[in-house]
Parts: sequence; C-alpha cells; structure tokens
Amino acid sequence: MSSFATVDSAYAPVEFDNVRIGFDEGDILQGVSFQVQPRETLVLLGETGTGKTLTLKMAAGLLQPSEGSVRVLGHKVSSMPERELFAFRREIGIVFQEGALFDSMTVGDNVAYRLREDRVSESEIEPRVLEILRFVELEHAFDQVPSELSGGMRRRVSIARALITRPQIVLYDSPTAGLDPITAQTIITLILRLRDVYGVTALLATHRVQDGFALANFRFDPQSHNVVRERPITRPAADEPATRFIAYRDGRIYFEGSPEELAASQDPYLRRFLV
Amino acid sequence: MAEVLIDAFKGLLSNIQDYTYLAMRSLANLLTAPRYFQDLLDQMDDIGVGSLAIVLASGFFIGAVMVLQTGSQFVRFGQTALTGDIVSLALVRELGPTLTGILVAGRVASGMASELGSMLVTEQVDAMRAMGTDPSRKLITPRVLATILVLPLLTALNDFVGLLGGCVASVFSLRLGAVEFWTRAIDALEFPDIMQGMMKPIVYGFILSTVGCYKGLTVRGGTQGVGRATTQAVVVSNIMIIAADVFLTKVALYLGDKLF
Repeated sequence: MSSFATVDSAYAPVEFDNVRIGFDEGDILQGVSFQVQPRETLVLLGETGTGKTLTLKMAAGLLQPSEGSVRVLGHKVSSMPERELFAFRREIGIVFQEGALFDSMTVGDNVAYRLREDRVSESEIEPRVLEILRFVELEHAFDQVPSELSGGMRRRVSIARALITRPQIVLYDSPTAGLDPITAQTIITLILRLRDVYGVTALLATHRVQDGFALANFRFDPQSHNVVRERPITRPAADEPATRFIAYRDGRIYFEGSPEELAASQDPYLRRFLV
Repeated sequence: MAEVLIDAFKGLLSNIQDYTYLAMRSLANLLTAPRYFQDLLDQMDDIGVGSLAIVLASGFFIGAVMVLQTGSQFVRFGQTALTGDIVSLALVRELGPTLTGILVAGRVASGMASELGSMLVTEQVDAMRAMGTDPSRKLITPRVLATILVLPLLTALNDFVGLLGGCVASVFSLRLGAVEFWTRAIDALEFPDIMQGMMKPIVYGFILSTVGCYKGLTVRGGTQGVGRATTQAVVVSNIMIIAADVFLTKVALYLGDKLF
C-alpha cells in the first residue's frame, strides 16, 4: 500500500484541554485534558456512556465541546466553522462502532466514496480501492453490499474506507465491539499493521482492555508478515510506536499511564477491566 | 402547568427555527459548489417516475368522479355541457396541484423521512460528515430541488389524465360528446388558471421535501423514532400543503386580477 501522510512532530497531533461536554442530563465529560503524541496509540477505556465516543466525535469536529479546546493536527477543531471542518476531516480517518457503511452502496463504492467526492479520476480510483481492500483482505467483496457482509467484514470495510485517503490519524470507535474473539483479533492485527508499517497515530475507544494490551504487547513484522510478541514498550524510542491508556470514570480521567502501570494497578475499579 | 406550556412553546419555536434554517440552506446550497447533479437526477427519477402510477391512477378517477358529481347537478338545469368547464377549472386550479401534492407527500415525504432517519440512527450521516461531505448539500438539496422540478410535471399529467377520466365519464354517463367536453374544458382555461395550477406545486414540492428531510434528520429514539418521524412527515406536510393552499389561492387570484 502507498505510504501514509506523516504527522508533523512539532506539535501533539491530538490535544484536549479542559474539555467539557454534556446534554440535557448534565455534563458527561467534566474537564478532560490529554495529548496523543505522533505514532502513539492512545486507548480510551471506559464503561458504556462514559464519553468515549463523544471524545472521538469531538476530535473529528462532529461535536463541539461546551467548554475547553480540542486541537487536532494543529487545527482548533472546537471552534472551527462547519465549512472548514469538512476540509479538515479529509485529513483524518474514523472507524465507527457499527461500521456506518452506506447501505445502498457496494463495498467498492463505500471505499471509493471519498475519492469520488474529491473528483479523483475513475482510472485512479479502482486500483486504489482494490489495493486498500487487499490490505483488509476483502478484495473479493468489491461488488457486495453491506447487508451481505458479516459484522467483522463490515468493520474491515469501514477501516478500508477510513484509510483510503491515507490519513495521518485514525479514530477507532470500539472496533472490536460485538465481534467474536477470532474476528476481533483480525481487526487488532489490521490496527497493528497500520501502526507498525505506516506509522499511523491512533485514538482508540474501547471497553475491552485486552485490545489495548494486544496493541502494547504485539507488533506487526512486515518481513514475515506476522504478528510477533514482544515485551510491553513503556519508553519507546522516538521512532517507535507507543501505546498508552486513559480510563474515564464519572466524566473525568480516572487513570492515565502505560500498559505496565495499568496491569500493575491494584485499584478496584481498574481491576474490573482487567478480569 | 405554566412551565410545561412554556417549555412546549419553546420547543415549538426551536423546531420552527431549525426547520426554517434547513429549508433556507437547502436552496442557498445551490449558489455555491459542490453540487451533486447525479444525485439530483437519481432523485428526479425516484420521485417523478416512481410517483407516476399513483398520480395517474388517482387523477383519472378523480376526474371521472367530479364529472359524475357535477353532472348529476347540471342535469337538473339542463346544463350538462358546462361539466367540461367546471371539471377543467377545478382540476387545473385546485384539485390537480393539491391532490398531487398530498399524494406525493404520502409517498415521498415519508420515504425521505424514513431513509434519512435510518441513515441518521446508523451513523451514516455522521460518517458522511466525517468524510468531509456536507449532508445538507448531498442529501437535502438534491431531494428538495428534484421535488420542486418534478411536482409541476406530475401535476400537469394529473390534470390531463383527470380530464381524460372526466371525458370518459361524461361520454358514458352524461352522453356528452368527447369533442364538446374537450373544447369546453380547454376554452374555459385562461392563463391565470394555468399559472395558479403550476405555481402551487412548486411551493408544495418545497414544503413536502423540506418537511420530509427535516423529520428524517431530527429523528430521536432509534428505529421506533424513524417510524414516528415517517408518520409525522406525512401529517405535517399534508397540513402545511392545505394551509399553504389557502394563501396561494388568494395570492394567485389577486395576481390574476391585477396582471391579466
């Protein structure tokens, strides 16, 4: 696959500063601050309804915080007008929880959607779509419609669609939720490949701590084309990808640290994720 | 009690404000790029060709039933020849546009509300935004423009088929000659009548499409909400069409008097 755009390391690709957001029921996030560094994968842990998806949607500029600022790739997305946000969103990729594929389009058309929006020539679109579908091992599904696909296949098409423009940052919303362990592992392998081969920075929301540990404890070896185990990388070198955890509780960041720190934690609330 | 009423009033005002914004935006989008011409053609096909059967069938029977009703009264005065005049004027000025609007609202406004509502609850609208597409340009504007363009054409067909149905009924029921019926029907029409008949569907098309899109894009409560929005889209657009008819008729009669 062609190379992805690289993140300018002069600034944190994602930066939340004292962000609050809520609806009629009250604030769901109450002053959340964190940064995601270049090539880092930040795993957002939390129970259902703790604001993980809201965080991703704010990072994509799909929702605006009621207070605080959100900066992504140097853009202050929390105060950008919608017209500018449409241009900004072309620099990032989002994988929605249920895939959010356009159900009236084929897999090929779903993946090609963004390229057609950008008026890329049809002669260029097909090879690029096939290349990205090959990457997620779904080349054969080119002409199928989403209703003919399994949950895991839909998730992989969603990843392919998010990657078609080779974004610098990918936001994953519970990419393995509702999938069987084998299919979930396939999705994690894809995320590892993206991180280790193309250096994609990621913000991954999940309630499955094992997804985060898999990202921390394994890497994708491009030579052997296999996932290999290695010890957790807690202090990676500048050119190595890192994995970090944040856990939400009651609208605030309850834990922030490395996989080793999370694994060693004796906090009763965090232990519930680790069981 | 007062608090509940105030909240309900605020909610109503907020809905009107959001609807007005969506409706104005759907037209303002035409002024700037990007424009989705293929989506417009697809929608015109879906709305126009897709609604042809119900519009033509109902138009034919409405024309026929009007002849039977008016003819039964004219027979008492020996003036059955006037049937063509009455049916023609009533169809072109009033029944053609309004019934076409109501019939198409039943099919199209509900379809738009359910399609867009389903897209909303399955995050397809968010996915579209996330990929840098403005849903109001891609989803709303082509639907609104297509309905505005297609509804006058459907109305014209409805009028013609209605007169055809009236002709058949008058020939077989009132023993009127077909040539006499058509001659009187055509002679009775003047330009203000046709202007009135073609102006109304433009407004009705705008109403039913914007209401359908608004109800679809403001769905709350998952698939159950989609069903509710679909029903509301039909009810609200039908009420708005009939209410608009009163004002449009008054305006058209005024303009007809002043200009022609």
